[in-house]
Amino acid sequence: MTSDSCALRVDDVHKSYGIHEVLKGISLAAKKGDVISLIGSSGSGKSTFLRCINFLEIPDRGSFVINGEEVLMKTGADGRAHPASWRQVERIRTGLAMVFQSFNLWAHMTVLENVIEAPVHVLGMNRKEAVDEAEALLQKVGLYDKRNVYPAFLSGGQQQRASIARALCVDPSVMLFDEPTSALDPELVGEVLKVIRDLAEEGRTMLLVTHEMKFARDVSSHVMFLHQGRVEEEGTPEQIFGVPNSARCREFTNSARH
Amino acid sequence: MDFSWVSNYWPLIVAGVIQTVLLLVISVVFGFILAIGLALAQVKGPPWLRWCAKGYSTWFRGTPLLIQLWLLYYGVGSFLPMIPGLRQSILWPIVREGFFFAAVSFTLNYAAYEAEVLRGALLAVPKGELEAGRAFGMSRWTLLRRIWLPRAIRIALPTIGGEVVLQLKATPLAFTVTVMDLYAVAYKVRQDTLLVYEPLMVVTVFYFCLTLLITRAFRFVEMQVPMRR
Repeated sequence: MTSDSCALRVDDVHKSYGIHEVLKGISLAAKKGDVISLIGSSGSGKSTFLRCINFLEIPDRGSFVINGEEVLMKTGADGRAHPASWRQVERIRTGLAMVFQSFNLWAHMTVLENVIEAPVHVLGMNRKEAVDEAEALLQKVGLYDKRNVYPAFLSGGQQQRASIARALCVDPSVMLFDEPTSALDPELVGEVLKVIRDLAEEGRTMLLVTHEMKFARDVSSHVMFLHQGRVEEEGTPEQIFGVPNSARCREFTNSARH
Repeated sequence: MDFSWVSNYWPLIVAGVIQTVLLLVISVVFGFILAIGLALAQVKGPPWLRWCAKGYSTWFRGTPLLIQLWLLYYGVGSFLPMIPGLRQSILWPIVREGFFFAAVSFTLNYAAYEAEVLRGALLAVPKGELEAGRAFGMSRWTLLRRIWLPRAIRIALPTIGGEVVLQLKATPLAFTVTVMDLYAVAYKVRQDTLLVYEPLMVVTVFYFCLTLLITRAFRFVEMQVPMRR
């Protein structure tokens, strides 16, 4: 444990696929309550970076301190780093709930079962308690009456709200949103953004990879613009969307504004 | 048409149904457990294990069940008494019976077919759902037990239902190793009464009813998790 007040501190993350280097040293620090948006064009590495944080992608290099706990890394024979203990990674993941672009709800479970799954079977929470908690969260995202429905019978917006409830139910210290509205029909985007906005206002710490520029501008405390695996520019939303220094960033935020 | 024999033979028919159902249940249950291991070995195992599992399935699916049964019964069966102490053990009354060999060979054979079905189903589970499990901190075992396997079994269920029906119709082969199953009853009635068609018709009705029961049961289980296909 360190006396770090950061919920999340990530330094110098590198990741290559073959000879193609997608992340060329990205660092990020999030204090409790921060909402950090990662923007940039497709292929800029923002999703890969997010997925490195919970080790769905194994970074080649980098250091990770999550909730004051440093992830132990060791270097393999091929010169690439990997976590020294998967058990530690599994434990840390429970504090980093992820919301996916394609929802990834478990199709063989009802909405309620999806939400209580990790609390009961990973955290070992008592089932009755988990159900109470889950029902309150489903109430909050407006899906209480759909709690016994299977995901296949929900709209995209409802599925994404269910998956946000699933993420909340493990009471994560940091929430990771990987383009949460990119797979949604335009008319369903609003209901999901509203839920995320409420969470931001409650002071949830979150990292948000998004293409919703207006939304990023409204809810973020900090915005990072990624370009070709590097942080091209970062700062307050006012700076990034108002007076960016980098020409690329200006071009990107202008074109995304429509 | 003469069905008067039924009144004398019905206890034997019932016993035959029980033997047939027992063979089916034993081979399906144990074969399925074995198949899970074989399928996982093929999907996740190291190369040598993958190769073994693949070889197993190829061998058992590539040779007739009747020959497998006879190889086991006449081949392995004739070596068993040579195992020191086996004759005196409490296992002997079980392993000297044809039923034992039929159950073992049906189990091994069923496992080979089911392993192929499960292998495909395991690979068909959407990667994103497995990723979600990992992202929520599931260990490999929890992921397998809670997400991967249950999801794969749901995907495979319609095929498994069909395979169980096929397995039912493979059970009459047990008759060739002295098991008094449903078909053997028809054979015995024919020997005793010289009636050929009537006993066959009666046992056919039983097989058909058993098939109906199996398909109904699988339909019911499938309905438990409604999916949009």
